[in-house]
Amino acid sequence: MELTIISGKGGTGKTTVAVALADLNQNAVKADCDVDAPNLYLYYKGEDLEREPFSGSKQAVVDEQLCIGCGVCESVCRFDAITGHTIDPFSCEGCGACAIACPQKAISMVEQHDADVIMTKTDAGMLSRAEMAVGSEGSGKLITLLRKNARATSGVGQWIIADGSPGVGCAVISSVTAADLILIVTEPTLSGLEDFKRVIELSEHFGIPAAVCVNKFDLNTDVTEQIYSYSAEHSVPVVGEIPFDATVPRSINELKPITHYENSAAAKAVRLLWQKLNTLIDSIESEKGRGKGAD
Amino acid sequence: MNVCILSGKGGTGKTTVSVNLAALLKTDYIDCDVEEPNGFLFLKPEKVEKEDVPVDFPVFDKGKCILCGNCANACEFHALANTKKSILLFPELCHGCHACGLVCAPKAISYRQRVVGVIERGEAKGIRCARGVLNVGEHMAVPVIRRLLDTLTPAKHRILDCSPGTSCNVTTTLKHADAAVVITEPTVFGLHDMGLAVELLQKRKIPFGVVINKSGETDRLIEEFCEANSIPLFGRIPFSRNAAQAYSRGELIGELPEMKDAFDRIALNMKEAFAWN
Repeated sequence: MELTIISGKGGTGKTTVAVALADLNQNAVKADCDVDAPNLYLYYKGEDLEREPFSGSKQAVVDEQLCIGCGVCESVCRFDAITGHTIDPFSCEGCGACAIACPQKAISMVEQHDADVIMTKTDAGMLSRAEMAVGSEGSGKLITLLRKNARATSGVGQWIIADGSPGVGCAVISSVTAADLILIVTEPTLSGLEDFKRVIELSEHFGIPAAVCVNKFDLNTDVTEQIYSYSAEHSVPVVGEIPFDATVPRSINELKPITHYENSAAAKAVRLLWQKLNTLIDSIESEKGRGKGAD
Repeated sequence: MNVCILSGKGGTGKTTVSVNLAALLKTDYIDCDVEEPNGFLFLKPEKVEKEDVPVDFPVFDKGKCILCGNCANACEFHALANTKKSILLFPELCHGCHACGLVCAPKAISYRQRVVGVIERGEAKGIRCARGVLNVGEHMAVPVIRRLLDTLTPAKHRILDCSPGTSCNVTTTLKHADAAVVITEPTVFGLHDMGLAVELLQKRKIPFGVVINKSGETDRLIEEFCEANSIPLFGRIPFSRNAAQAYSRGELIGELPEMKDAFDRIALNMKEAFAWN
Protein backbone atom coordinates (compact mmCIF):
# COMPACT_ATOMS: atom_id res chain seq x y z
CA MET A 1 0.00 0.00 0.00
CA GLU A 2 1.65 3.18 -1.19
CA LEU A 3 0.12 6.51 -0.21
CA THR A 4 1.52 9.70 -1.73
CA ILE A 5 0.67 13.05 -0.19
CA ILE A 6 0.59 16.07 -2.51
CA SER A 7 -1.12 19.45 -2.55
CA GLY A 8 -0.62 21.54 -5.68
CA LYS A 9 -0.03 24.69 -3.65
CA GLY A 10 2.92 24.66 -1.27
CA GLY A 11 2.68 25.06 2.48
CA THR A 12 -0.78 23.55 2.93
CA GLY A 13 0.42 20.96 5.46
CA LYS A 14 1.65 17.92 3.50
CA THR A 15 4.54 17.17 5.84
CA THR A 16 2.48 17.80 8.99
CA VAL A 17 -0.08 15.27 7.79
CA ALA A 18 2.58 12.79 6.58
CA VAL A 19 4.36 12.81 9.94
CA ALA A 20 1.10 12.45 11.85
CA LEU A 21 -0.05 9.51 9.70
CA ALA A 22 3.36 7.87 10.07
CA ASP A 23 3.03 8.30 13.85
CA LEU A 24 -0.34 6.56 13.80
CA ASN A 25 1.14 3.78 11.67
CA GLN A 26 4.54 3.16 13.26
CA ASN A 27 5.16 0.29 10.91
CA ALA A 28 5.06 2.46 7.78
CA VAL A 29 8.10 3.07 5.60
CA LYS A 30 8.48 6.75 4.86
CA ALA A 31 9.76 8.33 1.66
CA ASP A 32 10.57 12.02 1.47
CA CYS A 33 9.86 12.77 -2.18
CA ASP A 34 9.97 16.54 -1.69
CA VAL A 35 13.66 16.43 -2.54
CA ASP A 36 13.81 20.19 -3.15
CA ALA A 37 12.66 21.06 0.36
CA PRO A 38 13.03 17.87 2.39
CA ASN A 39 11.61 18.44 5.84
CA LEU A 40 10.36 15.01 6.86
CA TYR A 41 13.71 13.80 8.17
CA LEU A 42 13.99 16.79 10.52
CA TYR A 43 11.48 14.95 12.75
CA TYR A 44 13.52 11.81 13.14
CA LYS A 45 16.72 10.87 14.83
CA GLY A 46 18.35 7.97 13.14
CA GLU A 47 21.27 6.30 11.56
CA ASP A 48 22.01 6.46 7.83
CA LEU A 49 22.37 2.82 6.83
CA GLU A 50 23.21 3.54 3.20
CA ARG A 51 24.35 6.61 1.35
CA GLU A 52 24.88 6.41 -2.40
CA PRO A 53 25.82 9.19 -4.80
CA PHE A 54 23.18 9.79 -7.47
CA SER A 55 23.59 11.25 -10.92
CA GLY A 56 20.49 12.17 -12.88
CA SER A 57 22.04 14.53 -15.38
CA LYS A 58 25.10 15.30 -17.46
CA GLN A 59 26.80 18.48 -18.44
CA ALA A 60 28.86 19.39 -21.48
CA VAL A 61 32.52 20.17 -20.81
CA VAL A 62 34.84 21.58 -23.50
CA ASP A 63 38.45 20.44 -23.73
CA GLU A 64 40.20 23.71 -24.55
CA GLN A 65 43.23 21.82 -25.96
CA LEU A 66 41.12 20.21 -28.68
CA CYS A 67 38.66 23.05 -29.35
CA ILE A 68 39.35 25.08 -32.50
CA GLY A 69 36.58 27.59 -31.78
CA CYS A 70 34.56 26.73 -34.90
CA GLY A 71 31.25 27.48 -33.18
CA VAL A 72 29.37 24.40 -34.42
CA CYS A 73 28.39 23.61 -30.81
CA GLU A 74 26.77 27.02 -30.38
CA SER A 75 24.78 26.59 -33.59
CA VAL A 76 23.26 23.23 -32.54
CA CYS A 77 22.46 24.09 -28.91
CA ARG A 78 18.70 24.62 -28.56
CA PHE A 79 19.00 26.01 -25.03
CA ASP A 80 21.25 29.04 -25.62
CA ALA A 81 23.74 27.43 -23.26
CA ILE A 82 26.83 28.07 -25.42
CA THR A 83 28.39 31.41 -26.27
CA GLY A 84 31.49 31.14 -28.44
CA HIS A 85 32.64 27.85 -27.03
CA THR A 86 31.91 28.56 -23.37
CA ILE A 87 29.19 26.49 -21.72
CA ASP A 88 26.79 28.08 -19.24
CA PRO A 89 26.26 25.28 -16.70
CA PHE A 90 22.95 26.80 -15.55
CA SER A 91 21.47 26.62 -19.07
CA CYS A 92 22.96 23.31 -20.24
CA GLU A 93 20.33 20.55 -20.15
CA GLY A 94 22.89 17.82 -20.80
CA CYS A 95 21.39 16.66 -24.10
CA GLY A 96 24.76 16.03 -25.75
CA ALA A 97 23.85 17.60 -29.11
CA CYS A 98 27.02 19.75 -28.97
CA ALA A 99 29.21 16.72 -28.24
CA ILE A 100 27.71 14.89 -31.21
CA ALA A 101 28.17 17.85 -33.54
CA CYS A 102 31.71 18.82 -32.47
CA PRO A 103 34.06 17.94 -35.39
CA GLN A 104 37.06 17.93 -33.01
CA LYS A 105 35.43 15.64 -30.41
CA ALA A 106 36.40 18.32 -27.92
CA ILE A 107 33.20 18.10 -25.87
CA SER A 108 32.49 15.37 -23.37
CA MET A 109 29.35 14.79 -21.34
CA VAL A 110 30.19 14.57 -17.66
CA GLU A 111 27.86 12.98 -15.13
CA GLN A 112 26.85 15.36 -12.34
CA HIS A 113 26.69 14.48 -8.68
CA ASP A 114 23.11 15.63 -8.18
CA ALA A 115 22.29 14.08 -4.84
CA ASP A 116 23.04 11.52 -2.19
CA VAL A 117 20.39 8.83 -1.87
CA ILE A 118 20.02 7.77 1.75
CA MET A 119 18.23 5.05 3.68
CA THR A 120 17.86 6.12 7.29
CA LYS A 121 16.87 3.81 10.12
CA THR A 122 14.91 6.03 12.49
CA ASP A 123 13.46 5.34 15.92
CA ALA A 124 10.13 5.08 14.07
CA GLY A 125 10.92 2.87 11.07
CA MET A 126 12.76 3.30 7.81
CA LEU A 127 13.02 6.55 5.88
CA SER A 128 14.07 6.77 2.23
CA ARG A 129 15.37 10.25 1.43
CA ALA A 130 17.86 12.31 -0.54
CA GLU A 131 20.13 15.26 -0.07
CA MET A 132 20.24 17.27 -3.28
CA ALA A 133 23.14 19.37 -4.41
CA VAL A 134 21.80 22.92 -4.59
CA GLY A 135 20.49 23.90 -8.01
CA SER A 136 20.91 20.44 -9.50
CA GLU A 137 18.59 18.63 -11.88
CA GLY A 138 17.13 15.21 -12.32
CA SER A 139 14.69 15.25 -9.42
CA GLY A 140 12.15 13.10 -11.32
CA LYS A 141 14.54 10.15 -11.66
CA LEU A 142 15.72 10.70 -8.11
CA ILE A 143 12.17 10.46 -6.74
CA THR A 144 11.52 7.27 -8.71
CA LEU A 145 14.61 5.79 -7.04
CA LEU A 146 13.55 6.90 -3.55
CA ARG A 147 10.20 5.16 -4.00
CA LYS A 148 11.88 2.05 -5.36
CA ASN A 149 14.17 1.94 -2.31
CA ALA A 150 11.17 2.38 0.01
CA ARG A 151 9.35 -0.48 -1.68
CA ALA A 152 12.44 -2.70 -1.46
CA THR A 153 12.63 -2.23 2.30
CA SER A 154 8.90 -2.66 2.96
CA GLY A 155 7.31 -6.00 3.72
CA VAL A 156 3.93 -7.48 2.84
CA GLY A 157 1.05 -5.35 4.12
CA GLN A 158 3.38 -2.57 5.19
CA TRP A 159 2.41 0.95 4.19
CA ILE A 160 4.63 3.37 2.35
CA ILE A 161 3.88 7.00 3.13
CA ALA A 162 5.46 9.32 0.56
CA ASP A 163 5.63 13.06 1.22
CA GLY A 164 5.45 14.78 -2.17
CA SER A 165 6.34 18.22 -3.45
CA PRO A 166 4.20 21.18 -4.50
CA GLY A 167 3.24 21.67 -8.15
CA VAL A 168 2.12 19.32 -10.92
CA GLY A 169 5.36 18.85 -12.88
CA CYS A 170 7.99 16.13 -13.10
CA ALA A 171 8.68 15.88 -9.36
CA VAL A 172 5.00 15.36 -8.57
CA ILE A 173 4.37 13.03 -11.51
CA SER A 174 7.32 10.89 -10.43
CA SER A 175 5.98 10.68 -6.89
CA VAL A 176 2.43 9.63 -7.85
CA THR A 177 2.75 7.27 -10.83
CA ALA A 178 1.59 3.78 -9.83
CA ALA A 179 0.84 4.86 -6.25
CA ASP A 180 -2.22 3.18 -4.73
CA LEU A 181 -3.74 6.39 -3.44
CA ILE A 182 -3.05 10.12 -3.60
CA LEU A 183 -3.96 12.12 -0.52
CA ILE A 184 -4.39 15.76 -1.47
CA VAL A 185 -3.89 18.19 1.41
CA THR A 186 -5.36 21.54 0.47
CA GLU A 187 -6.48 24.77 2.16
CA PRO A 188 -9.55 26.93 1.62
CA THR A 189 -7.93 29.83 -0.19
CA LEU A 190 -8.49 30.77 -3.83
CA SER A 191 -4.87 29.75 -4.54
CA GLY A 192 -5.38 26.45 -2.74
CA LEU A 193 -8.58 25.77 -4.68
CA GLU A 194 -7.05 26.66 -8.05
CA ASP A 195 -4.08 24.35 -7.47
CA PHE A 196 -6.32 21.64 -6.00
CA LYS A 197 -8.26 21.52 -9.27
CA ARG A 198 -5.00 21.07 -11.19
CA VAL A 199 -3.97 18.19 -8.92
CA ILE A 200 -7.36 16.48 -9.38
CA GLU A 201 -6.86 16.84 -13.14
CA LEU A 202 -3.43 15.23 -12.72
CA SER A 203 -4.83 12.27 -10.77
CA GLU A 204 -7.48 11.77 -13.45
CA HIS A 205 -4.89 12.09 -16.22
CA PHE A 206 -2.83 9.27 -14.71
CA GLY A 207 -5.83 7.30 -13.43
CA ILE A 208 -4.74 7.21 -9.78
CA PRO A 209 -7.42 7.27 -7.06
CA ALA A 210 -7.37 10.40 -4.90
CA ALA A 211 -8.83 11.55 -1.59
CA VAL A 212 -8.80 15.02 -0.08
CA CYS A 213 -8.07 16.51 3.33
CA VAL A 214 -8.83 20.21 3.88
CA ASN A 215 -6.40 21.85 6.29
CA LYS A 216 -7.43 25.05 8.15
CA PHE A 217 -10.94 24.30 6.81
CA ASP A 218 -12.48 26.98 9.04
CA LEU A 219 -10.36 29.80 7.57
CA ASN A 220 -12.82 30.43 4.75
CA THR A 221 -15.87 28.17 4.82
CA ASP A 222 -17.12 29.45 1.43
CA VAL A 223 -14.00 28.15 -0.29
CA THR A 224 -14.12 24.94 1.79
CA GLU A 225 -17.63 24.37 0.41
CA GLN A 226 -16.29 24.93 -3.13
CA ILE A 227 -13.59 22.31 -2.48
CA TYR A 228 -16.24 19.86 -1.25
CA SER A 229 -18.54 20.35 -4.21
CA TYR A 230 -15.64 20.11 -6.68
CA SER A 231 -14.56 16.89 -4.94
CA ALA A 232 -18.10 15.49 -5.17
CA GLU A 233 -18.30 16.32 -8.89
CA HIS A 234 -15.08 14.42 -9.47
CA SER A 235 -16.00 11.52 -7.13
CA VAL A 236 -13.04 12.28 -4.85
CA PRO A 237 -13.88 11.42 -1.22
CA VAL A 238 -13.23 13.99 1.51
CA VAL A 239 -11.44 12.05 4.25
CA GLY A 240 -10.43 14.82 6.58
CA GLU A 241 -10.88 18.39 7.71
CA ILE A 242 -8.38 19.93 10.09
CA PRO A 243 -9.24 23.18 11.86
CA PHE A 244 -6.93 26.15 12.12
CA ASP A 245 -4.89 25.40 15.25
CA ALA A 246 -1.90 27.30 16.64
CA THR A 247 -0.62 23.98 18.02
CA VAL A 248 0.45 23.04 14.47
CA PRO A 249 3.25 25.63 14.04
CA ARG A 250 4.28 24.88 17.64
CA SER A 251 4.51 21.16 16.85
CA ILE A 252 6.70 21.95 13.82
CA ASN A 253 9.08 24.03 15.90
CA GLU A 254 9.21 21.33 18.58
CA LEU A 255 9.65 18.73 15.81
CA LYS A 256 6.99 16.43 17.18
CA PRO A 257 4.06 14.94 15.27
CA ILE A 258 0.84 16.87 15.90
CA THR A 259 -0.62 13.60 17.23
CA HIS A 260 1.60 14.01 20.32
CA TYR A 261 -0.52 17.00 21.36
CA GLU A 262 -3.39 14.67 22.09
CA ASN A 263 -6.00 17.16 23.12
CA SER A 264 -5.36 19.66 20.37
CA ALA A 265 -8.15 20.14 17.84
CA ALA A 266 -5.75 19.32 15.00
CA ALA A 267 -4.68 16.01 16.59
CA LYS A 268 -8.30 14.95 17.02
CA ALA A 269 -9.01 15.80 13.40
CA VAL A 270 -5.96 13.86 12.22
CA ARG A 271 -7.07 10.75 14.13
CA LEU A 272 -10.44 10.99 12.38
CA LEU A 273 -8.62 11.39 9.06
CA TRP A 274 -6.62 8.25 9.87
CA GLN A 275 -9.81 6.24 10.48
CA LYS A 276 -11.50 7.38 7.29
CA LEU A 277 -8.35 6.80 5.30
CA ASN A 278 -8.15 3.22 6.61
CA THR A 279 -11.75 2.53 5.65
CA LEU A 280 -11.07 3.92 2.17
CA ILE A 281 -7.88 1.93 1.75
CA ASP A 282 -9.59 -1.27 2.93
CA SER A 283 -12.21 -0.79 0.24
CA ILE A 284 -9.57 -0.04 -2.44
CA GLU A 285 -7.61 -3.16 -1.45
CA SER A 286 -10.65 -5.43 -1.29
CA GLU A 287 -11.66 -4.17 -4.75
CA LYS A 288 -8.17 -5.01 -5.98
CA GLY A 289 -8.46 -8.44 -4.34
CA ARG A 290 -11.75 -9.02 -6.16
CA GLY A 291 -10.12 -7.89 -9.41
CA LYS A 292 -7.40 -10.49 -8.88
CA GLY A 293 -9.95 -13.18 -8.03
CA ALA A 294 -11.71 -12.57 -11.33
CA ASP A 295 -8.51 -13.01 -13.37
CA MET B 1 15.93 45.56 -12.64
CA ASN B 2 14.44 42.09 -12.18
CA VAL B 3 13.85 41.06 -8.58
CA CYS B 4 13.17 37.35 -8.06
CA ILE B 5 11.01 36.33 -5.13
CA LEU B 6 11.87 32.85 -3.85
CA SER B 7 11.57 30.79 -0.71
CA GLY B 8 12.82 27.22 -0.74
CA LYS B 9 9.76 26.01 1.13
CA GLY B 10 6.37 26.27 -0.57
CA GLY B 11 3.55 28.33 0.87
CA THR B 12 5.64 30.87 2.77
CA GLY B 13 4.16 33.83 0.91
CA LYS B 14 6.11 34.35 -2.34
CA THR B 15 3.00 35.28 -4.28
CA THR B 16 1.64 37.45 -1.46
CA VAL B 17 4.84 39.49 -1.35
CA SER B 18 5.23 39.54 -5.15
CA VAL B 19 1.77 40.83 -6.02
CA ASN B 20 1.68 43.35 -3.18
CA LEU B 21 5.13 44.74 -4.04
CA ALA B 22 4.19 44.95 -7.73
CA ALA B 23 1.01 46.84 -6.80
CA LEU B 24 2.84 49.13 -4.39
CA LEU B 25 5.78 49.89 -6.69
CA LYS B 26 3.75 49.86 -9.94
CA THR B 27 6.11 47.41 -11.60
CA ASP B 28 5.53 44.56 -14.02
CA TYR B 29 4.55 41.28 -12.36
CA ILE B 30 5.78 38.01 -13.89
CA ASP B 31 4.47 34.73 -12.46
CA CYS B 32 7.19 32.14 -13.14
CA ASP B 33 5.61 29.51 -10.89
CA VAL B 34 4.09 27.87 -13.96
CA GLU B 35 3.10 24.62 -12.22
CA GLU B 36 0.82 26.56 -9.89
CA PRO B 37 0.51 30.18 -11.01
CA ASN B 38 -1.68 32.07 -8.55
CA GLY B 39 -0.65 35.72 -8.87
CA PHE B 40 -3.43 36.56 -11.36
CA LEU B 41 -6.01 35.62 -8.69
CA PHE B 42 -4.90 38.68 -6.73
CA LEU B 43 -4.03 41.21 -9.45
CA LYS B 44 -6.98 40.20 -11.68
CA PRO B 45 -5.58 41.47 -14.99
CA GLU B 46 -7.97 42.26 -17.82
CA LYS B 47 -7.85 41.75 -21.59
CA VAL B 48 -5.61 38.74 -21.12
CA GLU B 49 -3.96 37.56 -24.33
CA LYS B 50 -2.77 33.99 -24.68
CA GLU B 51 0.07 32.44 -26.63
CA ASP B 52 0.84 28.73 -26.86
CA VAL B 53 4.24 27.40 -25.81
CA PRO B 54 5.46 24.85 -28.38
CA VAL B 55 8.28 22.33 -28.04
CA ASP B 56 9.86 20.30 -30.84
CA PHE B 57 9.56 16.53 -31.09
CA PRO B 58 10.95 14.11 -33.66
CA VAL B 59 8.90 12.32 -36.30
CA PHE B 60 10.30 9.37 -38.24
CA ASP B 61 10.13 8.75 -41.97
CA LYS B 62 9.51 5.01 -41.99
CA GLY B 63 10.67 4.77 -45.62
CA LYS B 64 14.09 6.07 -44.64
CA CYS B 65 14.51 4.71 -41.09
CA ILE B 66 16.79 1.65 -40.97
CA LEU B 67 16.06 0.99 -37.26
CA CYS B 68 19.74 1.33 -36.37
CA GLY B 69 18.76 2.76 -32.97
CA ASN B 70 21.42 5.49 -32.96
CA CYS B 71 18.73 8.03 -32.10
CA ALA B 72 17.59 6.08 -29.02
CA ASN B 73 21.20 5.68 -27.90
CA ALA B 74 21.90 9.38 -28.33
CA CYS B 75 18.83 10.49 -26.36
CA GLU B 76 20.00 11.42 -22.87
CA PHE B 77 16.41 11.68 -21.64
CA HIS B 78 15.26 8.14 -22.56
CA ALA B 79 12.51 9.63 -24.72
CA LEU B 80 13.17 7.18 -27.56
CA ALA B 81 13.13 3.39 -27.62
CA ASN B 82 14.03 1.07 -30.49
CA THR B 83 11.50 -1.78 -30.47
CA LYS B 84 13.19 -3.28 -33.59
CA LYS B 85 9.91 -2.75 -35.41
CA SER B 86 9.77 0.99 -34.96
CA ILE B 87 11.22 3.85 -32.95
CA LEU B 88 8.92 4.68 -30.07
CA LEU B 89 8.71 8.27 -28.75
CA PHE B 90 7.70 9.21 -25.19
CA PRO B 91 6.85 12.83 -25.98
CA GLU B 92 6.65 14.07 -22.40
CA LEU B 93 10.29 13.08 -21.80
CA CYS B 94 11.57 14.77 -24.99
CA HIS B 95 13.45 18.04 -24.41
CA GLY B 96 13.38 18.94 -28.12
CA CYS B 97 17.18 19.03 -28.26
CA HIS B 98 17.51 17.54 -31.78
CA ALA B 99 20.37 15.21 -30.74
CA CYS B 100 18.50 12.33 -32.42
CA GLY B 101 18.42 14.17 -35.73
CA LEU B 102 22.16 14.82 -35.54
CA VAL B 103 23.01 11.11 -35.28
CA CYS B 104 20.48 9.83 -37.84
CA ALA B 105 22.57 8.76 -40.85
CA PRO B 106 19.67 8.16 -43.29
CA LYS B 107 18.15 11.54 -42.34
CA ALA B 108 14.85 9.94 -41.41
CA ILE B 109 14.05 12.43 -38.64
CA SER B 110 12.22 15.71 -38.99
CA TYR B 111 10.59 17.80 -36.24
CA ARG B 112 7.11 18.95 -35.41
CA GLN B 113 5.82 20.96 -32.51
CA ARG B 114 3.39 20.26 -29.72
CA VAL B 115 1.96 22.61 -27.11
CA VAL B 116 3.02 22.12 -23.46
CA GLY B 117 1.64 25.28 -21.92
CA VAL B 118 0.52 28.83 -22.47
CA ILE B 119 1.81 32.35 -21.82
CA GLU B 120 -0.80 34.90 -20.71
CA ARG B 121 -0.36 38.66 -20.62
CA GLY B 122 -2.71 41.31 -19.34
CA GLU B 123 -2.93 44.53 -17.38
CA ALA B 124 -4.33 45.34 -13.95
CA LYS B 125 -4.62 48.96 -12.80
CA GLY B 126 -1.62 49.99 -14.87
CA ILE B 127 0.48 46.98 -13.83
CA ARG B 128 1.50 44.72 -16.66
CA CYS B 129 1.15 41.07 -15.70
CA ALA B 130 2.41 37.94 -17.41
CA ARG B 131 2.43 34.31 -16.45
CA GLY B 132 3.16 30.87 -17.82
CA VAL B 133 0.81 27.95 -17.24
CA LEU B 134 2.09 24.39 -17.66
CA ASN B 135 -0.47 21.98 -19.11
CA VAL B 136 -1.47 19.37 -16.53
CA GLY B 137 0.18 16.03 -17.30
CA GLU B 138 3.31 17.64 -18.77
CA HIS B 139 6.55 16.91 -16.90
CA MET B 140 8.75 19.82 -17.85
CA ALA B 141 8.03 23.36 -16.72
CA VAL B 142 11.33 24.78 -17.95
CA PRO B 143 10.28 25.34 -21.61
CA VAL B 144 7.28 27.37 -20.39
CA ILE B 145 9.39 29.43 -17.98
CA ARG B 146 12.06 29.99 -20.62
CA ARG B 147 9.49 31.15 -23.17
CA LEU B 148 7.86 33.47 -20.61
CA LEU B 149 11.18 35.11 -19.79
CA ASP B 150 12.42 35.28 -23.38
CA THR B 151 9.32 37.19 -24.49
CA LEU B 152 9.10 39.82 -21.74
CA THR B 153 7.83 43.27 -22.63
CA PRO B 154 10.58 45.88 -22.07
CA ALA B 155 10.28 47.35 -18.57
CA LYS B 156 12.42 49.24 -16.11
CA HIS B 157 11.61 47.00 -13.18
CA ARG B 158 9.96 43.63 -12.75
CA ILE B 159 8.97 41.34 -9.91
CA LEU B 160 9.55 37.67 -10.82
CA ASP B 161 7.49 35.29 -8.69
CA CYS B 162 9.46 31.98 -8.60
CA SER B 163 8.53 28.33 -8.05
CA PRO B 164 9.21 26.79 -4.65
CA GLY B 165 12.37 24.73 -4.25
CA THR B 166 15.82 25.24 -5.70
CA SER B 167 15.83 23.02 -8.79
CA CYS B 168 15.63 23.69 -12.53
CA ASN B 169 12.44 25.79 -12.41
CA VAL B 170 14.11 28.24 -10.05
CA THR B 171 17.55 28.21 -11.66
CA THR B 172 15.96 28.96 -15.05
CA THR B 173 14.24 32.01 -13.56
CA LEU B 174 17.38 33.14 -11.75
CA LYS B 175 19.18 33.57 -15.08
CA HIS B 176 17.12 36.74 -15.41
CA ALA B 177 17.63 37.94 -11.84
CA ASP B 178 19.47 41.10 -10.87
CA ALA B 179 18.51 40.72 -7.22
CA ALA B 180 16.32 38.51 -5.05
CA VAL B 181 14.17 38.43 -1.94
CA VAL B 182 13.80 35.23 0.08
CA ILE B 183 10.44 34.85 1.81
CA THR B 184 10.47 32.62 4.85
CA GLU B 185 8.37 31.81 7.88
CA PRO B 186 9.65 31.52 11.44
CA THR B 187 9.48 27.74 11.70
CA VAL B 188 12.17 25.06 11.63
CA PHE B 189 10.92 24.14 8.12
CA GLY B 190 11.06 27.72 6.91
CA LEU B 191 14.61 28.09 8.23
CA HIS B 192 15.84 24.80 6.78
CA ASP B 193 14.49 25.41 3.27
CA MET B 194 15.47 29.05 3.27
CA GLY B 195 19.03 27.83 3.87
CA LEU B 196 18.88 25.98 0.54
CA ALA B 197 17.60 29.07 -1.29
CA VAL B 198 20.34 31.19 0.31
CA GLU B 199 23.01 28.69 -0.75
CA LEU B 200 21.72 28.84 -4.33
CA LEU B 201 21.73 32.66 -4.41
CA GLN B 202 25.24 32.81 -2.94
CA LYS B 203 26.45 30.32 -5.53
CA ARG B 204 24.94 32.47 -8.28
CA LYS B 205 26.29 35.69 -6.68
CA ILE B 206 22.87 37.35 -6.72
CA PRO B 207 22.36 40.04 -4.04
CA PHE B 208 19.40 39.33 -1.78
CA GLY B 209 17.56 40.08 1.44
CA VAL B 210 15.04 38.25 3.58
CA VAL B 211 11.41 38.85 4.56
CA ILE B 212 9.78 36.99 7.45
CA ASN B 213 6.14 36.21 6.78
CA LYS B 214 3.70 35.12 9.51
CA SER B 215 6.10 36.90 11.84
CA GLY B 216 5.64 36.38 15.57
CA GLU B 217 7.20 34.98 18.73
CA THR B 218 9.61 32.63 16.97
CA ASP B 219 11.28 35.19 14.66
CA ARG B 220 14.60 34.67 16.47
CA LEU B 221 15.05 31.45 14.50
CA ILE B 222 15.39 33.44 11.29
CA GLU B 223 17.04 36.53 12.78
CA GLU B 224 19.92 34.48 14.19
CA PHE B 225 20.53 32.89 10.80
CA CYS B 226 20.49 36.27 9.05
CA GLU B 227 22.85 37.82 11.62
CA ALA B 228 25.27 34.91 11.46
CA ASN B 229 25.39 35.09 7.66
CA SER B 230 25.26 38.91 7.32
CA ILE B 231 22.01 38.80 5.38
CA PRO B 232 19.84 41.93 5.47
CA LEU B 233 16.34 41.52 6.87
CA PHE B 234 14.06 43.68 4.71
CA GLY B 235 11.05 43.36 6.97
CA ARG B 236 8.36 41.26 8.58
CA ILE B 237 4.75 40.64 7.75
CA PRO B 238 2.96 40.03 11.04
CA PHE B 239 0.78 36.95 11.40
CA SER B 240 -2.86 37.99 11.27
CA ARG B 241 -5.92 35.84 10.88
CA ASN B 242 -7.66 38.78 9.26
CA ALA B 243 -4.94 38.96 6.61
CA ALA B 244 -5.04 35.18 6.10
CA GLN B 245 -8.76 35.45 5.43
CA ALA B 246 -8.31 38.38 3.04
CA TYR B 247 -5.66 36.31 1.24
CA SER B 248 -8.03 33.35 1.06
CA ARG B 249 -10.52 35.57 -0.81
CA GLY B 250 -7.88 36.67 -3.32
CA GLU B 251 -7.43 40.19 -1.90
CA LEU B 252 -4.23 42.25 -1.79
CA ILE B 253 -3.33 42.20 1.90
CA GLY B 254 -0.88 45.08 1.48
CA GLU B 255 -3.93 47.33 1.24
CA LEU B 256 -5.12 46.37 4.74
CA PRO B 257 -4.46 49.24 7.19
CA GLU B 258 -2.58 46.96 9.63
CA MET B 259 -0.29 45.73 6.85
CA LYS B 260 0.53 48.95 5.04
CA ASP B 261 3.56 49.83 7.18
CA ALA B 262 5.05 46.38 6.80
CA PHE B 263 4.94 46.46 2.99
CA ASP B 264 6.14 50.09 2.82
CA ARG B 265 9.15 49.13 4.92
CA ILE B 266 9.96 46.05 2.81
CA ALA B 267 9.73 48.11 -0.39
CA LEU B 268 11.91 50.86 1.05
CA ASN B 269 14.62 48.50 2.34
CA MET B 270 14.62 46.56 -0.88
CA LYS B 271 14.95 49.67 -3.05
CA GLU B 272 17.77 50.95 -0.90
CA ALA B 273 19.68 47.65 -0.84
CA PHE B 274 19.43 47.11 -4.59
CA ALA B 275 19.90 50.79 -5.55
CA TRP B 276 16.55 50.58 -7.36
CA ASN B 277 15.39 53.95 -8.63
